[in-house]
Amino acid sequence: MSNETEIRPFRVDTPDEAIADLRRRIAATRWPEKEPVDDQSQGVQLATIQALARYWATEYDWRKCEARLNALPQFITEIDGLDIHFIHVRSEHEDALPLIVTHGWPGSIIEQLKIIDPLTNPTAHGGAASDAFHLVIPSLPGYGFSGKPTTTGWDPDRIARAWVELMGRLGYTQFVAQGGDWGAMVSDVMGTQAPPELLAIHLTWPFTVPPEIDQAVQTGSPLPSDLSADERRACEQLAFFYAHDLGYAQEMSHRPQTIYALEDSPVGLAAWLIDHDTRSYALIARVFDGQTEGLTRDDVLDNITLYWLTSTAVSSARIYWENNKYTFFAPKHVAIPVAVSAFPDEVFQTPRSWTERAYSNLIYYNKAGKGGHFAAWEQQQLFSEEVRAGFRSLR
Amino acid sequence: MSSGPEIRTFRVEMPDEAIADLRRRITAARLPSKELVADRSQGVQLATIQELARYWAAEYDWRACEARLNALPQFTTEIDGVEIHFIHVKSPHAGALPLIMTHGWPGSVIELLETVGPLTDPTADGGQAEDAFHLVLPSLPGYGFSSEPTELGWNVGRVAQAWAELMHRLGYTRYVAQGGDVGAAVTDRMGRQAPEGLLGIHMNLLVTVLAGPPPAESEQERAAADQLATFRESGFGYRLEQATRPQTIGYALLDSPVALAAWLLDHDTDSYYKISRAFVDGEPVGNLTRDHIVDNITLYWLTNTAVSSARIYWEDGQARAQALASGQAPRPVSLPVGFTTFPSEIWRTPRSWVENSYPNVTYFNEADKGGHFAAWEEPELFATEIRAAFRSLRQSH
Repeated sequence: MSNETEIRPFRVDTPDEAIADLRRRIAATRWPEKEPVDDQSQGVQLATIQALARYWATEYDWRKCEARLNALPQFITEIDGLDIHFIHVRSEHEDALPLIVTHGWPGSIIEQLKIIDPLTNPTAHGGAASDAFHLVIPSLPGYGFSGKPTTTGWDPDRIARAWVELMGRLGYTQFVAQGGDWGAMVSDVMGTQAPPELLAIHLTWPFTVPPEIDQAVQTGSPLPSDLSADERRACEQLAFFYAHDLGYAQEMSHRPQTIYALEDSPVGLAAWLIDHDTRSYALIARVFDGQTEGLTRDDVLDNITLYWLTSTAVSSARIYWENNKYTFFAPKHVAIPVAVSAFPDEVFQTPRSWTERAYSNLIYYNKAGKGGHFAAWEQQQLFSEEVRAGFRSLR
Repeated sequence: MSSGPEIRTFRVEMPDEAIADLRRRITAARLPSKELVADRSQGVQLATIQELARYWAAEYDWRACEARLNALPQFTTEIDGVEIHFIHVKSPHAGALPLIMTHGWPGSVIELLETVGPLTDPTADGGQAEDAFHLVLPSLPGYGFSSEPTELGWNVGRVAQAWAELMHRLGYTRYVAQGGDVGAAVTDRMGRQAPEGLLGIHMNLLVTVLAGPPPAESEQERAAADQLATFRESGFGYRLEQATRPQTIGYALLDSPVALAAWLLDHDTDSYYKISRAFVDGEPVGNLTRDHIVDNITLYWLTNTAVSSARIYWEDGQARAQALASGQAPRPVSLPVGFTTFPSEIWRTPRSWVENSYPNVTYFNEADKGGHFAAWEEPELFATEIRAAFRSLRQSH
C-alpha cells in the first residue's frame, strides 16, 4: 500500500510514437488563407505559424527538452486526491529561503527553467550567498505532468491550499511564494489565506486596479481627471486588453470543453498558445522571424510540445472556468508582506500608487527595465534579481 | 459578349479525395478527457462529439447533400470583387413576391433548404398561390461557396449593399428581405439603407439589443434582459474570440474536423441540447436531424471557410468601433418591419423591444415553437410566419 503523502521521483519518458505522430500531424496541416491584414490584429499571422510549423516538424528536438527536465530533481505527490508534479531544487546554501514559484497559462514549468540556477545558486550569477533560495516549481492541476482533475472545484483557493500542503510535506516551515499570470492569482490567494508559514509573496501580475477605475475602463466611462501619467498609461493598457486581448480568456471561462481543436491539431494548439497578449505575441513572432531577443524558438516549442504530449489543452483551460470568484485585476486585501515587480510589457504596468493602495504591507515595488508577461522566461537574469530584491528584507 | 455582369450557373462537385481525407482525419482525432460536469456548462460534451464523429466517419453521406444542393438552381456572380454564390428558385406563381433570405453563423444555405418548397410553391403545401415567393438564398461572403474577401471592409453593411445589387441584377424591382442571426444583422442594415425596390423586412433575431441594454420594465422585458445577460456572461466566448482573433482559432478549425464540429455546435444552449439529443439519444427536434447538422459542418469543412466566416464578427467589431467614434446614431428603419419571436431563441424578444428598435412594425408574432435556427428546425412554421409577415405588403401594392 502506498502512503498517501508519499513523494515519488518522476522522469519524463515520451514514447517515440507520440513524437512521430506529432510530426505527421504538423506535416498534414490544412491551412487557412492568409489574413487580410498586415499586422496581428486578426490573430496569429499565417507566415508566423508556418515558420513555427516548419521548424517544429523538421528541426525541433523534444528529446533535448526532456533531457533538460530529467536533469532536474522532479517529483510527484498526491495532494487532495490529485497527483501534483513539481521540480524541487535545494540550494547548496544552508540558509536559503524556500520559495514556491507558480507558472500560468499558456505557460508551464518550462517558463521557469532558466531561473533555477540564478535563484538556487546566486553566487554563480552575480548574486550573494544570502540571496539563495530552495526552489519548488509545481505544475498547476491539469497542466503538464500534474494530474487532470476529474471533478470540479480546483479553483485558485484549492490550489493555494495544496501549495501550502506541498511546502509542508517538503519540510518547509517558513517559505515565500512567487507567481505571474495564474501563478500570481494562486500566490495572491495564498496571501489572503495567510497561513503562518507563508512569509511573503512576490508578484509580476499584481491585483491592484482600483475597482472604480476598472469599471470605467471596461465601460468606456470617463476616468478621474487627476490620474498620474503612470496611472493613465496603465488605464490605456487595460482598455487595450479589454478591447483586443480577452477573447481566449472568455472562451476558456465559458466553454473550455468546446476547444476540442487544441487536442486534435498541433498547429491549432500552437496558434492558441502563442496568442496570449499583444506584446508577448509580438515577441514570439519576432523569434520566428529570426530574432532571438528574450526567447528562442526552442523555448516556445518546448512549452507547446509539453501541452501537446501531455494532452492538457482542455484540462489547463478549465482553471478559467473554475475561477468564478476573482477578477483579473481587483485587489483582494492581502495583509501579509507583498513584493511587486512591474515589467513594462506586462498586460499593464502597475503604478506604485495603485500598488500601495492595494497591498497594505508592500515591502518592495520596482519598475523593471525590460520584460513582459513571461518575465521569468524571457528575462531570467533581471527577473531573478527582482525576486532576490523583493524578498531581501525578510531574511 | 454579355451586356451586364455575368451570372453563372453553379454545381457542387467535391473531389473524392477531400471526402476520404475528411474521414481519415475524423478517425484519427485526438480527444480531450471528459468534461467535469453533467451538463453543457463546460462546452460541447465528449459523448456528443464522439457520437457525432462516429456517425460522420461511418454513416454520413455528403453526396446526398450535394445532390440536394445540385437539384436546386445555383449561381455565382461577382459583386464588389467577391464571387457570391446563391440559390435562386422562381415560384411557378407569376405574382410571387421576390424574397432574399440570409443565413447566419454557424449556419449556411443548408439552414434554409427546407423552406424552399413551402415558400416558392405554397399550394403544394396547404398555402395559397398569393403567398408565393421567388426565393434568393445567397451565401454570405466567406461562407460556403461564396468566395473569401481578400480585402477588409466586408461588414454586414457592405453585405447589405451587395444584396441590393444582387436583387437588382436578377431584375427584381420590388422585393423583401429576411434573416436571422448574422442574416438578421444584414437585413437590419438593408432596412436602414432602404435601397430602391425594398418593400419591407422580416427578422427573427433582434440584433439592435446587442448594442446596449434594452428596457427591462415589464415582466417579459425583464425575462428577456436576463436571458441576454446570461448569454453575455456565459455564452459570449466564441463571439469575442471571432471578433478579436478570427485567424487564431481558425488554424485549429481548418485542421481538425472534430474541432470544427465542436466549435459550430456550441452556439446557444437551446440549439446545442437539441443537436446533442439528435446524436446521443437519436431523437432529433424538428428538422435538426443528424444529417442536416453534419451537412452544414461538412460544408464548412470542404469549403475551408471556418476562418473566413468568423471574420464577419471582426469586421463588425471594426464597424461598431467606427460608428461609436463618429458619434452618429444609425439611420432609422422607416420601411415596414415584421418580426417573429421564436420562444427558444437566445432571448425571447418582447413586442415592446421590437417597437422600440423599429418605428414601423407591421407584423409581430410569437411562434409556438422553435429556437435560434428557426428556419432549419421548423421550416413549415417558419414559412407560415414569413407569409403572414409580408402579406400586408402585397395587399398594399
